[in-house]
Amino acid sequence: MSNMQEIDLARCTLREANSQLQSEDATGAWAIRNPRGRHALAVGLTTPIDVLIDGQAGYYAAGMNQHANITIDGNAGPGVAENMMSGRTHVRGNASMAAGATGHGGLLVIDGDAGARCGISMKGIDIVVRGSVGHMSAFMAQSGTLVVCGDAGEALGDSLYEAKIFVRGEVKSLGADCEEKAMTAEDIALLQSLLESAGMTEYPADSFRLYGSARRLYHFHVDNAAAY
Amino acid sequence: MTDNTKKIPRTKPRFSATFDPFTISEIQRAAATGIYDIRGAGTKRKLPHFDDLLFLGASVSRYPLEGYRERCDTDVVLGTRFARKPIRLKTPVTIAGMSFGALSAQAKEALGRGASAVGTSTTTGDGGMTPEERGHSSTLVYQYLPSRYGMNPDDLRRADAIEVVVGQGAKPGGGGMLLGQKISRRVAKMRDLPEGIDQRSACRHPDWTGPDDLEIKIEELREITAWEKPIYIKVGASRPYYDVSLAVKAGADVVVLDGMQGGTAATQEVFIEHVGLPILAAIRPAVQALQDLGMHRKVQLIVSGGIRSGADMAKALALGADAVAIGTAALIALGDQSPDLAEEYARLGTVPGAYDDWQDGRDPAGITTQDPELAARLDPILGGRRIANYLSVMTMEAQAIARACGKSHLHNLEPEDLVALTMEAAAMTRIPLAGTEWYPGKQGF
Repeated sequence: MSNMQEIDLARCTLREANSQLQSEDATGAWAIRNPRGRHALAVGLTTPIDVLIDGQAGYYAAGMNQHANITIDGNAGPGVAENMMSGRTHVRGNASMAAGATGHGGLLVIDGDAGARCGISMKGIDIVVRGSVGHMSAFMAQSGTLVVCGDAGEALGDSLYEAKIFVRGEVKSLGADCEEKAMTAEDIALLQSLLESAGMTEYPADSFRLYGSARRLYHFHVDNAAAY
Repeated sequence: MTDNTKKIPRTKPRFSATFDPFTISEIQRAAATGIYDIRGAGTKRKLPHFDDLLFLGASVSRYPLEGYRERCDTDVVLGTRFARKPIRLKTPVTIAGMSFGALSAQAKEALGRGASAVGTSTTTGDGGMTPEERGHSSTLVYQYLPSRYGMNPDDLRRADAIEVVVGQGAKPGGGGMLLGQKISRRVAKMRDLPEGIDQRSACRHPDWTGPDDLEIKIEELREITAWEKPIYIKVGASRPYYDVSLAVKAGADVVVLDGMQGGTAATQEVFIEHVGLPILAAIRPAVQALQDLGMHRKVQLIVSGGIRSGADMAKALALGADAVAIGTAALIALGDQSPDLAEEYARLGTVPGAYDDWQDGRDPAGITTQDPELAARLDPILGGRRIANYLSVMTMEAQAIARACGKSHLHNLEPEDLVALTMEAAAMTRIPLAGTEWYPGKQGF
């Protein structure tokens, strides 16, 4: 990228770095050099800027993002893009637990694997993972879509609401109230569109399976007591 | 021979103290339904409470301040540790977190109006911030809960403070519930949920576990809000010494400590009645933790759970709190439990003073409901006036006590102004038993 504005965390504080990126006047492309696993990098951004985190990021990178296009050229710690509202976050390495937790919108792309509880409590965000996801992923996921090109760990989609989960590989086990569903043409179109947005078009949509809520836990019922 | 059988006295029917009528009715209900009882409000059991403490007042050894003439200030600043914009309240009593969803929009508006009129704050709840609430609350604390319903950075920036909720007194260690009757279209939309479902909220936060993670989470929230907002951490009273210590370590500006008398919108009866500490038992260990860390009055302590009057407020402050919060008492001030509603309560199988089915959305007072017709019964302007009146009375009552103790500020009240009436209260608060200089655990008598 030309004319990239640089922020060197070896020379400035996190507050100075984030306040430049959070400025309402921020435009164009930015690079954060020497991130060295710092937490809370590029959080609370509000403008459609491009941000490259040039290395490993700690907890909550790109948290609560609005409109920005953030790329992490390394691994991301827990809660990457947590509560993202819009925009895009791209992790070129692996992501730790709770990736995309509670996200309301936007697209989170993870080129590697994601840890436990990926997409926990998601509320509209779309998450595409090229690798595998850990246990309890999409726990209590409310809306949005989780696409897993690899495998999923135990208890996928436990206590799921209306989010959709597509998995290409093996699912170790389904969580309470999560079941496999037949894919409609609309589902296939949604999946293809997300794979395209994530740059993962080599995976054919019909090689995935769809999982969603059986909606048996939507109302308290004595026969479900063990599931609560 | 004469027949004496009619003259033999018969014993009266005797109720068991163990299997009392309430217990029997609960066993019968459980057997019939197969599910635990869910209700609103806080614990109803008798507990050691502020009534078990008294103020000594001034006499020869201390002299009082003149009522109405000599000043007794009531202001409090919250969030002085790290926040660039601490909160300044004119009186140290705030409105505790209660959600839109649990409460009607009218009730939330009334709480905002009342609190604003007397210069104090109100608090959102599990369900996000409504524009009405923000608009009518001059100082609004925005709760950050495990569910993150409605959580967004715009509202974070619009808030005056952020309260990270780890737990609440009615159910330390428990998640939330909002039953389908209250998941209206608007509530469902704010929470990104299907309309009419029985909603469960998680008991743990989705993206952090433990105090080390919490410290990082707080750094993120501060970075998103440019280090402007005070960050509170709210805990249910269970292990107050350790929880307060860890909250301070995690970077809290303010700790909110909620005793088991604190209300809830909907929780299992067994949870409400059997988990947690009464607030009286929790304050002293919390203050001790702050003192041991050299943070008393630097990290402010707000206590809640069964605060009813200016006397309760003054006692909590004398034990070392910086402010108190009210929830149930505020709902009563709005009209909950009103004798005017006796006939309607009777139709719901209850009586004024005992109504606790806040979970099922049929509140005749229009407070704990999402039914538009019931909610419309509550006039938010009149309700706001009632809240303001009640908060003013609490403040004046606390001032009257403080002046009698010779204090020119409510925060000058101190443990030495108090005595305990019971051994239990003395042990819990380390306030001497009345007429002695001793409390349980203190050497000598």
